[in-house]
Amino acid sequence: MSMQQRFDDSPMVRPSRRDGSAEPLVRFDQVTKRYGSLTVLDQLNLEVSPGEKVAIIGPSGSGKSTLLRALMTLETIDDGVIEVDGEPLTHMPTAGGHLIPANARHQRRIRGRIGMVFQSFNLFPHMNALQNVIEAPVQVLGMSKAEASQRGEELLAMVGLEDKLGHYPAQLSGGQQQRVAIARALAMRPKVMLFDEVTSALDPELCGEVLNVIRQLGEAHNLTMLMVTHQMGFAREFADRVCFFYKGRIHEQGTPEELFGNPREERTQAFLSAVNEAH
Amino acid sequence: MNFFDWQFAWDILPQLLEASLKTIGITLGGFAIAVVLGLILAVGRRSRLPWLSWPVTGLIEFIRSTPLLIQAYFLFYVFPNYGLNLSALQAGIIAIAIHYACYTAEVYRAGLDAVPRGQWEAVTALNMKPLTAYRDVILPQALRPILPALGNYLVAMLKDTPVLSAITVVEIMQQAKNIGSESFRYLEPITLVGLFFLLLSLALAWFVRRLEDRMEVAR
Ligand SMILES: Nc1ncnc2c1ncn2[C@@H]1O[C@H](COP(=O)(O)OP(=O)(O)OP(=O)(O)O)[C@@H](O)[C@H]1O
Ligand SMILES: [Mg+2]
Repeated sequence: MSMQQRFDDSPMVRPSRRDGSAEPLVRFDQVTKRYGSLTVLDQLNLEVSPGEKVAIIGPSGSGKSTLLRALMTLETIDDGVIEVDGEPLTHMPTAGGHLIPANARHQRRIRGRIGMVFQSFNLFPHMNALQNVIEAPVQVLGMSKAEASQRGEELLAMVGLEDKLGHYPAQLSGGQQQRVAIARALAMRPKVMLFDEVTSALDPELCGEVLNVIRQLGEAHNLTMLMVTHQMGFAREFADRVCFFYKGRIHEQGTPEELFGNPREERTQAFLSAVNEAH
Repeated sequence: MNFFDWQFAWDILPQLLEASLKTIGITLGGFAIAVVLGLILAVGRRSRLPWLSWPVTGLIEFIRSTPLLIQAYFLFYVFPNYGLNLSALQAGIIAIAIHYACYTAEVYRAGLDAVPRGQWEAVTALNMKPLTAYRDVILPQALRPILPALGNYLVAMLKDTPVLSAITVVEIMQQAKNIGSESFRYLEPITLVGLFFLLLSLALAWFVRRLEDRMEVAR
């Protein structure tokens, strides 16, 4: 009953754009997420265009991971709408054009457009590198084992692990594990890739190999990427746009030149100088 | 003094071995049901849906807090009054299977709880269906550490089968008692039954250990 009430005044499905500007691939519309009395995402708005690379920076606890996790449906949201490729992710439209909470089938369909790489890799420890990569294509996309394996080998070669196909996660370095995880996510052919501090668990000398793979991905594919990172150097060089998060909102955003070179907001300046001092 | 009569022991061996097949059958059949049902109960108990997790939790706690003997009595002597007619053997297998399913359910629950959250998140991020996720990713990881505990319950279940003699299942213990009451000699049949349980327990323990080793090798 409360559900019904809550969505009676739900937003209407947006009519598609007429002005010819590219439809955003990802759209957060007034998204709010709370843990008890703590508001982690505060009426957040964000639009990401197809192919755009967005870096997300900000202090610890500002909601960066929560943003990615909400997009990956790992967290539910309390208010607002998230859209992927023009379709709502956490809601679905009724015949009357109102949005109601999405059922599992709808959510699975939309979620298939998104891939995610985690700080802690989260590889399947009982499967070798190739098995990790082909598991979901075979089970979820219904690909044949032969086809999936061939693509899996290509993807692992792309991340520089063609000689590690049969290695189990425990036999791989952190950097190698993270590259397997990237290949595994790519194997599902996502339109959007989410990276949550993917080098934070790595020794500094292993970060480079992972960042190189991401850099290469960005050049070779028209992938849309959202990346939470503490590595300002990489964000600066890689991203089309940098968003500075503060208290569950995008406090300031702009091109890397604007945001790093000439931050307007006091908070942004304070954060960047603190980060610079730490390095 | 009553010394062990080897000839008598030899004579009653065929009868006891025949009854032992029933004991083995109950154990294996009951355990096969218990490991499957236990897993289903564990998943049900972990469910986020209260209409599922509540009754399952209640059932598990209820069964674990009452003796197997009473559950067997209900199935065999009480339920027929309500139209459920089971043979003694059927009632026995079902009773012991449900009883142990509630114990294995708690073992599974511990195993499932020990699978890191990140594994569930990876499974979601790869858009895997729950059934596939359990089968390919979660269970293989949950099972390995709990295999010894499951094995212990297999042996415990074997040792609990004599309880079913109370509902007229003629398993090996009941057979030994029958022989004893007819011949007035209990030493030989009961000794043989004891030996049977000892050997079978050791064999099962050895089998479980081998299974663990193999899973270790298969990582
Ligand atoms: N499951 C949870 N229950 C309660 N609070 C949570 C939960 N998950 C996150 N939080 C809180 O939400 C806030 C935002 O968390 P989030 O992980 O999004 O931060 P973050 O910006 O990614 O920080 P970091 O840079 O440290 O990773 C934090 O204050 C955190 O403590
Ligand atoms: Mg984070």
